[in-house]
Amino acid sequence: MRFEFTEEQKMVRDMVRRFADDVLKPKAAEMDKECKIYPEIIKQLGELGLLGVYIPEEYGGAGMDVICYATAVEEISRGCASTGILVSAHTSLVVDPIYHYGTEEQKRKYLVPLAKGEKVAAHAMTEPGAGTDVVSISTTAKREGDYYILNGTKHFITNGAEAGIYLIFAMTDKEKRHKGMSAFIVERDTPGFSIGKLEHKLGIRATSTAELILENCKVPADNLLGEEGRGFYIAMDCYDGGRIGVAAQAVGIAQAAYEEAVEFAKTRIQFGQPIAKFQAIQFKLADMATMIEAARLLYLKAAWLKQEGKPYYQLSAMAKLFASEVAMDVTREAIQIHGGYGYTEDYSVERHYRDAKITEIYEGTSEAQRLTIARNLLKG
Amino acid sequence: MKVVVFCKSVPDTETRVRLKDNRLDKSEIKYILNPYDEYAVEEAVRMKEGGKAEEVIAISMGPERAKEALRSALAIGADRGILIKDDALDGSDTYVTAKVLVKALEKDGLEYGMLLFGQQAIDGDTWHVPGQVAEMLGLPQTGSIIKLEVDPDGGKAVANRMVEGGEEVHEMALPCVVTCRKGLNEPRYPSLPNIMKAKKKPIQEYSVSDLGFSAEDVGKAGALTEVLSYALPPQKEAGKKVEGEPEEVAQALLQYLKEEIKVI
Repeated sequence: MRFEFTEEQKMVRDMVRRFADDVLKPKAAEMDKECKIYPEIIKQLGELGLLGVYIPEEYGGAGMDVICYATAVEEISRGCASTGILVSAHTSLVVDPIYHYGTEEQKRKYLVPLAKGEKVAAHAMTEPGAGTDVVSISTTAKREGDYYILNGTKHFITNGAEAGIYLIFAMTDKEKRHKGMSAFIVERDTPGFSIGKLEHKLGIRATSTAELILENCKVPADNLLGEEGRGFYIAMDCYDGGRIGVAAQAVGIAQAAYEEAVEFAKTRIQFGQPIAKFQAIQFKLADMATMIEAARLLYLKAAWLKQEGKPYYQLSAMAKLFASEVAMDVTREAIQIHGGYGYTEDYSVERHYRDAKITEIYEGTSEAQRLTIARNLLKG
Repeated sequence: MKVVVFCKSVPDTETRVRLKDNRLDKSEIKYILNPYDEYAVEEAVRMKEGGKAEEVIAISMGPERAKEALRSALAIGADRGILIKDDALDGSDTYVTAKVLVKALEKDGLEYGMLLFGQQAIDGDTWHVPGQVAEMLGLPQTGSIIKLEVDPDGGKAVANRMVEGGEEVHEMALPCVVTCRKGLNEPRYPSLPNIMKAKKKPIQEYSVSDLGFSAEDVGKAGALTEVLSYALPPQKEAGKKVEGEPEEVAQALLQYLKEEIKVI
């Protein structure tokens, strides 16, 4: 067992860390306030190869591995958590399934521009009435000749405003429940497709969270991903990988808050000495560093399993569950160390705290992760 | 025209420098490509992209980890690398380093048009090697440039360097040596596809004997200088402030110059 990055993984980590420090960090607070990720940032992500990290070169990707991808998401999120989830949702929830389930033609047409970063992707499952219970979605797709006609409303769709390509889930046969769900690749300018309202959120405010409206949206039958009735399975596959991304994002948020807490503790003088000299603060920092390291090792193991083609859903659920709770604990303690300053917008820890909360909710709540983990360990 | 960029693997700027047995404790150091060398690599790659250079070669003398610095240069866009690596090189000073680099260029049979360096390496901070290499090769050189115009067909390069109160403009015949600094360009982030490409680019390795040297020619044995000891810089003392009437202040200042630091 070697707990060491390869030279290539190190180069990716170092490059992304620098990019995050130089480019993302200085803009993160502004983007949070303005509720948008600047287009030039998205352009740069594409140029650097960060929107198709582990997709083979022949499909426009960088041809690296899942560990590089997850590490890149951590480092990006350390600079800006909103940008981190843009990359993760794009890659794990759309690029990955098109790569795995797409026809050669679909890959040429959609995967290549997505992996090159020419377009951003969004994954649309959630509806007002269907969150964790995905089988209860009410969007329908009806076959008519060479087209499917989609009707319904999606909401809480990450990247909804920026995306050029959407992966939309709809029921082709409501009777068959999860075996009646199908996935469709939908272009933004498809007739009958429109973007509704954008949510105002507690955290990750720079990333868009949009409503999508499908009114007799006419999607070519060639854009069905996989077979009819395979949508549920494709989605579950996406979420297993997506959890690695969210875990990495959570670790990035925690790492950022932790680093700021260390810096603050070393420079803040109270009772005649830096507060880092007080054991009460030292113990907090020690716990934070330990939890972050443990969370990082969990998501890296999940990423390694995925890369090796081994079952990884249990590990990715554990990584996501643990890392998201670590992010909450670490960001809360980072504010505590900052005292009153941490509660103001003059420091970034309040943003990290707000950003951390979503990691316990999206791509499977902590409760859903615990269920997955427990069911898996009790089965058989 | 071929352009050679000299690269050094140095401790990251955020490394905490610790001494152990009067030597640098290297156990927990993270190494990077010398930041000044990045400007040199970037400039060379831009020359290639602008049709001014046909090949960019990155060269380094150092231990195995120097390969990572070369790999970084290749990821920015250099075409191939040369590494001179040998246990006998341990303890070499800047004179030996320059001598070995010059020999490696000769061994490689490189017909270079320009040699680019970072103005200094952030570890030793001697600023020696570029000047020594230029001297050994009998080439014109200028340092710390912030602008470079190369005219390969006309056989010349024009470089601007910062001096107090303005800029100096140097015109040199090719081949020549220049050293680079911040302000010359903005080094790019190596993209993931370029990091992948860098893996496949060749790095030619030479040992000391490959270059026709014996162990006595290099390392401590071949060095002209010797490091006697390392010490951390003393803590900076707070400045002195003299207050009062002008006559009193002048008197106090005079006394300070005469008696405490004894300059008059």
